[in-house]
Amino acid sequence: MGIKWDEFFITGDPLILGSQIAILLTMIGAVAAITYLKKWKYLWTEWLTTVDHKKIGIMYIISAVLMFFRGGMDGLLMKAQTARPEMEFLNSQHYNEIFTTHGVIMILFMAMPFLIGLMNVVIPLQIGARDVAFPQLNALSFWLFFSGAMLFNISFVIGGSPDAGWTSYFPLAGKEFSPGIGNNFYAVALQIAGIGTLMTGINFIVTILKMRTKGMTLMKMPMFTWTTFVTSILIVAAFPIFTVALALMTFDRLYGTHFFTVSGGGMDMLWANLFWLWGHPEVYIVALPAFGIFSEVIATFSRKSLFGYKSMVFSILGIALLSMVVWVHHFYTMGSGPAVNSFFSITTMAIAIPTGVKMFNWLFTMRKGRIKITSAMLWALAFVPCFVIGGVTGVMLAMGAADYQYHNTLFLVAHFHYVLIPGVVFAVFAGLYYWWPKMFGFMLNEKIGKWHFWLFVIGFNVTFMPMFFLGLNGAVRRAYTYSAESGFAPLFMLSAIGSIILAAGFAVFCYNIYWSIRYADRNISSDPWDARTLEWSTASPVQFYNFAKLPEVKSLDPFWHMKKKNEGLTLFDSEIEEIHMPSNSWLPIYMGVIFGIAGFLLVFEWHIAAAVAAIGIFAGLIIRSFDYNEGFHVKKDEIHRIENAWRKTEGEVHDHVS
Amino acid sequence: MSAKVDTSLPLEYQTEQDRMNILGFWVFLGAEIVLFATLFGVYGVLYERYAGGPTHKDIFVIKDVMIQTVLLLTSSFTMGIAIFEMRRHNLKGLITWLVITLALGAGFLFMEINEFIHYAHEGATMQTSAFLSSLFVLLGTHGAHVTLGIGWATMVIIQLLKRGLTPTTARKTFIIGLYWHFLDVVWIFIFTFVYLKGLVA
Ligand code: HEM
Ligand SMILES: [Cu+2]
Repeated sequence: MGIKWDEFFITGDPLILGSQIAILLTMIGAVAAITYLKKWKYLWTEWLTTVDHKKIGIMYIISAVLMFFRGGMDGLLMKAQTARPEMEFLNSQHYNEIFTTHGVIMILFMAMPFLIGLMNVVIPLQIGARDVAFPQLNALSFWLFFSGAMLFNISFVIGGSPDAGWTSYFPLAGKEFSPGIGNNFYAVALQIAGIGTLMTGINFIVTILKMRTKGMTLMKMPMFTWTTFVTSILIVAAFPIFTVALALMTFDRLYGTHFFTVSGGGMDMLWANLFWLWGHPEVYIVALPAFGIFSEVIATFSRKSLFGYKSMVFSILGIALLSMVVWVHHFYTMGSGPAVNSFFSITTMAIAIPTGVKMFNWLFTMRKGRIKITSAMLWALAFVPCFVIGGVTGVMLAMGAADYQYHNTLFLVAHFHYVLIPGVVFAVFAGLYYWWPKMFGFMLNEKIGKWHFWLFVIGFNVTFMPMFFLGLNGAVRRAYTYSAESGFAPLFMLSAIGSIILAAGFAVFCYNIYWSIRYADRNISSDPWDARTLEWSTASPVQFYNFAKLPEVKSLDPFWHMKKKNEGLTLFDSEIEEIHMPSNSWLPIYMGVIFGIAGFLLVFEWHIAAAVAAIGIFAGLIIRSFDYNEGFHVKKDEIHRIENAWRKTEGEVHDHVS
Repeated sequence: MSAKVDTSLPLEYQTEQDRMNILGFWVFLGAEIVLFATLFGVYGVLYERYAGGPTHKDIFVIKDVMIQTVLLLTSSFTMGIAIFEMRRHNLKGLITWLVITLALGAGFLFMEINEFIHYAHEGATMQTSAFLSSLFVLLGTHGAHVTLGIGWATMVIIQLLKRGLTPTTARKTFIIGLYWHFLDVVWIFIFTFVYLKGLVA
């Protein structure tokens, strides 16, 4: 239907040909390796059909690391292209595609799943629960995200990448100006992933409201739980807007409606408004959990409880509220008039207040603390000054009048990387170093971790600091090249060198994972950091039912007090009861696959085939409706055995921190 | 996740998992409110952008819309009776009223499809103008929800027939009840802000 088969695979570009071959070889290699090692059954029963929040979390994190690699490659390609003036490495079309996929992948398929992965692993443990409220829905969320991410990623070898920016503004993103199918990938893949995210939001709201263990009132929740809770509320409040916006985009592109196409009375600015009505809260959806991670890490390694707990909670709520009323700051220059621009300037600047409160709280938490400089803590320390640079330049951008100068320049690009990289990437690295032993029962190497840290942080600053000045000098964003006379060359070169250092940092990180899997000591304490919250009160790696006996909470930092008073830590035989757990299910992965197929067909506008595939979706829903699997009970004997195993070794463990 | 049953509560609230499902569904309805609010917002922006095509007054047939409204509002009432029968543990009454509800819903859908066909005959399709795009998508989204609701409630009725009233089937029935009332509320907004406002504009 209008799509020519000879355009199905993208041909004629050596870079893409290389990727196609690499993808093919990797896939063949993976299938061969799994078959050779006879791991299909293990993969299926332990991972693909799992409903265990910890394993789902780990799958999220693995996907996020892979996506970081993909998005990072895009970033490096762009940096290579602009390293010298008038380079011919990427042409303008290719550059357009790359910054589009880079932006989408980094935000939706790297930052989101990384944080949701950590949330999945940690939240039920922190609130003393055995799983999330809806374990099977949780698996569905993951598979929908994964399906959307894969659909989006294949666009560059099959069919063509979207090229209208991660914001996909109309009229550019409409059929008239982007006739290929690239932007269909944007509309459909993000829709699928977005539904998964919405389900995650609902799941965590109910989990946190209903499944906290005895004694854990709202104001005794750890900060990461709080931020996850508020983020989940933001997800439920904002993602449906994106769902609608994407659906309308799909209608415009596929069925000739006139929502955003200017002919027929549509309004292109309507898209911009809807996009940012979701898009700005989205920024906080990724930033808030990151703040939560830093709060945990800073408190643990300052060996003090978090300073100003209440003000932290209220500032999170304040940020969440304000984040819904600032969206116009993304298009001051589009002529909304001084009154509107002023209103949104003020609300935007107001966000600096609760954020500043949080900054001071973190600093005061460290004050007079006995700080331990671990890798995790290093990330938190570097976060503070780097994020402040991002924040202060944000306040500069918030001034509507001044924004006419900064708008659409690399100043803006530098700003949001200074917010997103310290605010999200540093946080997930901190979280990963911190919770890694909880997930896997061994630690990431601290020494390699420090190499990772220094390379990454230095590389990050060298990459993006010059962009501020380039932007102030007038270098526009999304431009694939510039003239030699512009005088931009030296700073662009510096920035490109920075990105290589940054990439080296990432490589060291991957090496650290490899090294630690092979060589790290498996005989570690279940509480290697001497931490404060409940996730550390159980085994590492965590047994599948999380807690033999649900802990009881009396105060903030409950595990810390349990250790100090030595109460609630021992498990008596008489306390062991049978535990009810949910069963695995093949439905979530089935739904992911069928959504992916239907989405793929829809992208290519093969409507009838897509409709046939959609029948599979309804079949899945019906099967789920008739599914009365009640889960299973873990027998006392088994609990006994598992608990004995880890509690016995506890006495003879090594402390790896000191 | 223990299967402790608290028999002092209504059937659908007796286990913790059921209580969580119901709360989860409320949160989901919150998301649905945002979704429809966005669609209403879009409609509010585009509703006078006729692009030379037909206007509200050219296509709306108020009599049919009134019938649709009465059908859907009545179905909400009968859904209420169904849940009332459920609370009285009267399985037969529950199923009877559910079937009546769905029949009314199907009547509503029938009218809506006819309405769309009528519009198309008048030369008003979703490709005609921004106004009509937003009208069709708003009404269509609501109609798709009703369709889904009918299919879903049919599944629940089959389960009620097979398993009788248990905490689980009661919870499922209760949730579809919430969903149904929600669609009714959305319709009231559509009726007011799309049809009535369109006719007086
Ligand atoms: C890892 C190192 C990274 C490098 C080297 C990098 C580099 C770049 C470059 C060169 C651009 C395009 C500038 C232009 O407009 O010409 C860009 C855009 C962008 N980046 Fe990154 N970036 C990195 C990480 C990230 C991360 C972690 C995120 C988000 C979590 C992110 C989000 C974005 C977004 C949203 C855009 C805008 C895309 C658009 O214009 O549509 N980047 N980045
Ligand atoms: Cu914003």
